[in-house]
Amino acid sequence: MNIVVCVKQTPDTAATLALKDGHVAWGDSPMIVNPWDEYAVEEALRLKEKHGGKVTVLFMGPENAREALKACLALGCDEAILVSDPALKGSDALATSYALSMAIAKIGDVDMVLTGRQAVDGDTGLVPAQIARHLKWTALTYVSKIAALDPNAKTIKVERMLDEGKQVCAGKLPAVVSVVKGINEPRYPSFMGIRRAGKIAIPVWKAADLGLDAARIGFAGSAVTWPEIRAIPPRAISCQMIAGDTPEEIAVKLVDKLMAEQVI
Amino acid sequence: MDNMTNKVWVYIDHFKGNAVLTSWEAVGAAKVLASQLGTGVTALIFGSGVEGLAQQAFSYGVDAIKLCDNATLADFRVEPYAALLSKLADEGKPDVILAATTPRGRDVFATSAVDLNTGVIADATVLEANDGLVRVTRPVYAGKLSSTVVCKDKRPQMITLRARAFTAPEPDGSRSGEIEQVAPVLAEDAISTKVVDYAIEENRVSLDSAKIIVSGGRGVGGPEGFEPVRELAEAFGGALGASRAAVDAGWIPYAHQVGQTGKVVSPDLYVACGISGAIQHLVGMRTAKVIVAINKDAEASIFRNVHYGVVGDLFKIVPAVTAEVKKRRGS
Repeated sequence: MNIVVCVKQTPDTAATLALKDGHVAWGDSPMIVNPWDEYAVEEALRLKEKHGGKVTVLFMGPENAREALKACLALGCDEAILVSDPALKGSDALATSYALSMAIAKIGDVDMVLTGRQAVDGDTGLVPAQIARHLKWTALTYVSKIAALDPNAKTIKVERMLDEGKQVCAGKLPAVVSVVKGINEPRYPSFMGIRRAGKIAIPVWKAADLGLDAARIGFAGSAVTWPEIRAIPPRAISCQMIAGDTPEEIAVKLVDKLMAEQVI
Repeated sequence: MDNMTNKVWVYIDHFKGNAVLTSWEAVGAAKVLASQLGTGVTALIFGSGVEGLAQQAFSYGVDAIKLCDNATLADFRVEPYAALLSKLADEGKPDVILAATTPRGRDVFATSAVDLNTGVIADATVLEANDGLVRVTRPVYAGKLSSTVVCKDKRPQMITLRARAFTAPEPDGSRSGEIEQVAPVLAEDAISTKVVDYAIEENRVSLDSAKIIVSGGRGVGGPEGFEPVRELAEAFGGALGASRAAVDAGWIPYAHQVGQTGKVVSPDLYVACGISGAIQHLVGMRTAKVIVAINKDAEASIFRNVHYGVVGDLFKIVPAVTAEVKKRRGS
């Protein structure tokens, strides 16, 4: 199995975000692997342990953004590639998925791309299906379990988490699989893994290395732009405590309040 | 207005012929946009045995329908659905296509947008049209920030809408309109996936569309501790939620998780039982109209973010509230 995991580096979910000159700032909070991508990395490592092969982790971002890739190498991924070029700045989901699909094509002979269902910063959740479409591969999204996989027959069967419940879906490889939390329990990096990660060189692939069409990347190639990011004003909310001598008395008071609010 | 000239389209997302509620909210949003843009609304209905949905769509006020009723579309699969959507959009050249933000809505739009070389704006909470351009407000960083997003030059503008952010029109069964039957694009042997089975939870209320959500956190203490929480949710006719702590402990499946790495919800009423109030949870529910917390720790940070608080043992308080709700509802 030749597996590529697409990850994104995002601010820690506990970070307090602020706006500085229209850009998002997160102070001293560390950059982390997008939480949903952690499950993709873990699933890739498990598939490799079961079927053999190689796991390459792929990230598109600024030249100096190596934390997420290092973290994935420490967990046991074999190689890491950073796709980085000033020309990619401003890329929307369409342009990002195009660039990633070209990087996956350059890696070559890939059986499966794994990724998280969405990133916790942009929250669009579009990129996995779009990578599949650019590559003309099978897309299997919101996967909560890989139920069967036959690398030789190039078949896969997965459980997908829909709002209505689980769906069992069979498909053909190569495939792009986006995963949800719950598919596995991600491992922690070992001391040896962290040492090993420090020694692995991370190649940087530029737009020209991938043969990217300049009209399809960055600000020029993006359909969607976000001219404005605003802070959401804090909600003025004050808590009214409800007390009573018995649970029943509290319940009556609370239900009265909720009926007065017309929410029940 | 005939089918070809309507420039605002709505993709009707449904599961086995039952439309998700946000599809009708999208019809409401589409009608507002269409009146601003001086055009009509066409609904797209793909599936098998979905004629009933067409009548429903008319009742919510769409002007025309493009209907593809075919066995290859019996289960939602992104390949045949996206191929069809791409072909219709390529021919009909709509300015805007709206859909519900669901796994299906995101996937079919994402995929078609590659075919059509256009943009998708996911999870809109506000739409404003001006000179044919839709300015979209959407939350980012799980709602910690809000951004204005546009798809300036490319068409169609494909936008998925967050559940409960827009109002569905009042249905009127007397309305009707023109149905155009369209043919599928892909034959069965050209589709690389097959749906084998479903495990659908009966009577499950979707967190996205729930008016009332009752959630349990670390304070419920174990899987069985969710029983009183579930009973209150059922008494309200609402959905059952959970904090990440409870999901990570294995007490309840991930599908119930509310928060930054779960569902971001916006019900009329959110009741947090035994939830301490970590920021990752708060961002998932803070737009609820009314928030109630029940927690034994008076110092818990959740109390700084709610309208009503009860300090006490949830195993005593929650069943008492359930009994009171049932009493008032006469059941």
